[in-house]
Amino acid sequence: MSILSLKAMKTDIGQYAVLHDVTLEVPQGGVFVLLGRNGAGKTTTLRSIMGLWKPSAGSVIFRGQDISEMHTAEIARLGISFVPEDMGIFGGLTVEENLILATAKGQFDNARLARIYELFPALETFWTKQAWSLSGGQKQMLSVARAIIEPRELILVDEPTKGLAPAIIDAMADAFREIAQTTTILLVEQNFEFAKSLGRDMAVIDDGRIAHSGSMADFAADKPLQDRLLSLSA
Amino acid sequence: METITKIVTRFGGVSLLPVAVALLAFVLIGAPSSWVTLTIAGLAMGMMIFLMASGLSLVFGLMDVMNFGHSAFISFGAFIAASVLAGLSGWLGSDLIILNIAALFLAFAAAILFGMAAGWFFEAVIIKPVYKDHLRQILITMGALIVAEQMILALWGGAPMTVHRPQFLEGSFLIGDITIEVYRAFAFMLGLAVYVALYLTLNRTRIGLLIRAGVENREMVEALGFRIDRLFVGVFMLGSALAAMGGAIWAGYETLITPALGGEMMIVVFIVVIIGGLGSIEGTLLGAIMVGLMANYVGYLAPKLALTSNMILMMVILLWRPNGLKPAVK
Ligand SMILES: Nc1ncnc2c1ncn2[C@@H]1O[C@H](COP(=O)(O)OP(=O)(O)OP(=O)(O)O)[C@@H](O)[C@H]1O
Ligand SMILES: [Mg+2]
Repeated sequence: MSILSLKAMKTDIGQYAVLHDVTLEVPQGGVFVLLGRNGAGKTTTLRSIMGLWKPSAGSVIFRGQDISEMHTAEIARLGISFVPEDMGIFGGLTVEENLILATAKGQFDNARLARIYELFPALETFWTKQAWSLSGGQKQMLSVARAIIEPRELILVDEPTKGLAPAIIDAMADAFREIAQTTTILLVEQNFEFAKSLGRDMAVIDDGRIAHSGSMADFAADKPLQDRLLSLSA
Repeated sequence: METITKIVTRFGGVSLLPVAVALLAFVLIGAPSSWVTLTIAGLAMGMMIFLMASGLSLVFGLMDVMNFGHSAFISFGAFIAASVLAGLSGWLGSDLIILNIAALFLAFAAAILFGMAAGWFFEAVIIKPVYKDHLRQILITMGALIVAEQMILALWGGAPMTVHRPQFLEGSFLIGDITIEVYRAFAFMLGLAVYVALYLTLNRTRIGLLIRAGVENREMVEALGFRIDRLFVGVFMLGSALAAMGGAIWAGYETLITPALGGEMMIVVFIVVIIGGLGSIEGTLLGAIMVGLMANYVGYLAPKLALTSNMILMMVILLWRPNGLKPAVK
């Protein structure tokens, strides 16, 4: 059963039509990868799901409910969290404040916190530091931690490996693998190796339309298809 | 140079600026007792301006809304408080200090309640339709300011209005050979109390945490499940109430108010939030104190420059720090 389905979703930004027809079934559990060239509409797709852009047509069905008209805050409360491309860290707040803000009641669940410390030990080390002073990788960890500090059904993650060192990318992959045991992850990536190691199902978006969808194993084996859909030329 | 910068940062960085200004003024003025009097006047003025400006800064920080109508709350607060005090002049002259305080309390309460109600109305009717559109915001809030000024003119007339002060805030007291006006000390203490309350709310409560986060990145706070728009109404009402309260205190300080008050204060308040850095309450306080001190020192040393001094201050600070002294992290 799908946890999320996008049906002929169209999104305009100002007067520009950015998404023309995005139709997608994200199955429950595991990592679903959305690939695509620069400017293909990946970020716009995630923002439309989150209600940060309002789709102008089509529907966004989350666990059987159309959420395309809902306010972002209500969508979040249904159990969807968002790790944006720029990480969306509150730099003037400490690591602790960034996380406590994301809890529904202003209190930590100790078991979840322990799990987060285990996934990202750096966050415990820099607990009382203002978040602007963290490194890029640590900020990314904080952004992911913030998305799972409450139990969630679906996490939207936008290019989490951008600008990160290889060692940190590996740690991030381990974290996502662990998180995907209990939560569905919709992952936007340009780093194909990273995406391949995590994804079970996948789709490619191109010029605001879904150009291909299927299993990651099949796509990884089809080099011509990859070249056609992801290469810089064409 | 680098070590100097380090030492300065260690002891408070830009927060030391008012101290530096005060020291410079001490040298230039020469007479210590005049300097103390001017400094206290400057601090009191700074605190009142802080009250008037804090709401504007938070509203801009949280929702990116430029409200040129903000000073309407200041003038209405001043006139409403002055009217209440005039109506209760019997209480004000009384030797019973409790009646004095009651009259003052009612005057401030009226201004604050008006500020809250007007803020709620203003946000719903005037601001809400123009979110995310700066040009329209400027036009419509300027329009609202003009309407408000005309309403004051219609309600209170164009003649200057004398403000009655409660007996216990009249006069001055002496410390050594230094005279301190009671009202100035009162204005300073009241402003300081509000600053401390605001600071604690922003830094020690969950609502404050949401506001600070919202000032940095509104979308992200919403994506975490919180309705910033609903929070914003509350912040807007609070900011309007503080502006009205600032106007009420200012009225008692000036003792003579005219409908032009709003327009005059608007310039000062904008200078303060721009110097301080939009969206930060610490920055607003710093900017307000700087402006208050400068106005008094320059007024004494070179009266002809008094009007331009704050403009010059703003330009110098913006050349040095284009985002203001203590901007909220964005
Ligand atoms: N705020 C905006 N205003 C106008 N056009 C926009 C805006 N944001 C995105 N676009 C356009 O929409 C298209 C899709 O952008 P989007 O950010 O969704 O791409 P993306 O697949 O995430 O790209 P990248 O890999 O570079 O992050 C691009 O052509 C972009 O120029
Ligand atoms: Mg993108």
